[in-house]
Amino acid sequence: MTEQAHATTGTYLRVAAILVMITLIEVGVFYVPAFQSALVPVLLVLSAVKFALVVMFYMHLKFDNRFFTFLFGGPLLLALAVVTGLLFIFYGTVRLRTGM
Amino acid sequence: MAYNTDTHAVAAAHGHATFMGLDNRKMAFWAFIGSECLLFASLISTYLVYKGRSLVGPYPHEILNIPFTSFSTFDLLMSSLAMVLALAAIQRGDMKQGKIWLFVTALLGLVFLGGQYWEFSHFVHEGLGLTTNLFGSTFYVLTGTHGAHVTVGVIWLLTLWVQALRGKLGPENAVTVEITGLYWHFVDVVWIVIFTVVYLIQ
Repeated sequence: MTEQAHATTGTYLRVAAILVMITLIEVGVFYVPAFQSALVPVLLVLSAVKFALVVMFYMHLKFDNRFFTFLFGGPLLLALAVVTGLLFIFYGTVRLRTGM
Repeated sequence: MAYNTDTHAVAAAHGHATFMGLDNRKMAFWAFIGSECLLFASLISTYLVYKGRSLVGPYPHEILNIPFTSFSTFDLLMSSLAMVLALAAIQRGDMKQGKIWLFVTALLGLVFLGGQYWEFSHFVHEGLGLTTNLFGSTFYVLTGTHGAHVTVGVIWLLTLWVQALRGKLGPENAVTVEITGLYWHFVDVVWIVIFTVVYLIQ
C-alpha cells in the first residue's frame, strides 16, 4: 500500500482550497476596520492553521512515523520559545524604561 | 501504518534504514528542517524586536504592497500543491505526470522569485535600502534569506526534472523526490509565517 491510501489527490486539492480560502480571509480581515482590534490574534491563529495543514498533509507528518514529528516539533517549540522570550525581554525592557 | 511500512521497506531494501527502521536520509533531513526552524526564528525575532523602531522612513505601512504579496503567497501555496502531486505521481510510477508537476513546481517558484525581485527593486526605487533604517535591514535579511532558500529549491527541482527527462528518476527514487518536497513545503510554511508577521501585522 502506498501513501495514496491515506492522502489522495482529492485530499491534496481540498487542503489547497482550504489554504487559499484562509489566505483570502487573512487579507479580508486585514482590510476590514472592524477587525483591527482583534487583528493580531486572528491572523496568528489563521497562520497557524495554514502552517499545520501544510505540515500534516503535504509534508505527511500526519501519516509518517512519530519520530519525524519529534525531530520537527522539538526545534519548532524551541524556536517559538526563542521568539516569545526575545519579544518579552525587549518589549519588557521598553516598558520598564518608559514606564508604560 | 501502511505508509510507514512501505517507505521503510524501501529504505531497508536500499540500505538506507536506521536501527529504527526509518530512512536515514529522511531522518537527517527532518533534523535539518528542525535546525532551519531555529534559523528563521532568529531572523523573525530580530525583525519583530526592531519593529517600529526605525528613526527614518520609508516605514512598512508606506511601502508594503498587500495585494501583490497575497498573489505571491497564492503562488507559493499552489507550488506546494504541485509538489505533492509530483510526488504522488512518481510514487505510483506515472512519470509523465511527475515530470509535468515537477516543472510546474519549479515554474511557480521562479514566478515567486520574479515577484520578489520586482518588490525589492520597487523598494530600492522608493528609497528603502539595506542600510536605510532598521526596517530595511531586518526586512531584507529575513525575506532575502527566504528568497535564497526558494532559489536553492528551484535549482533542486529543475535538477530533478532534468533527471526525470533523461530517464534517471523513477519510482525507486521516490524518497529523493519526497525529501525535495519536504524542503519545498518548509519554504512554503516559512512564507506563511512571514506573510502574516511582516506584511499583515504592521
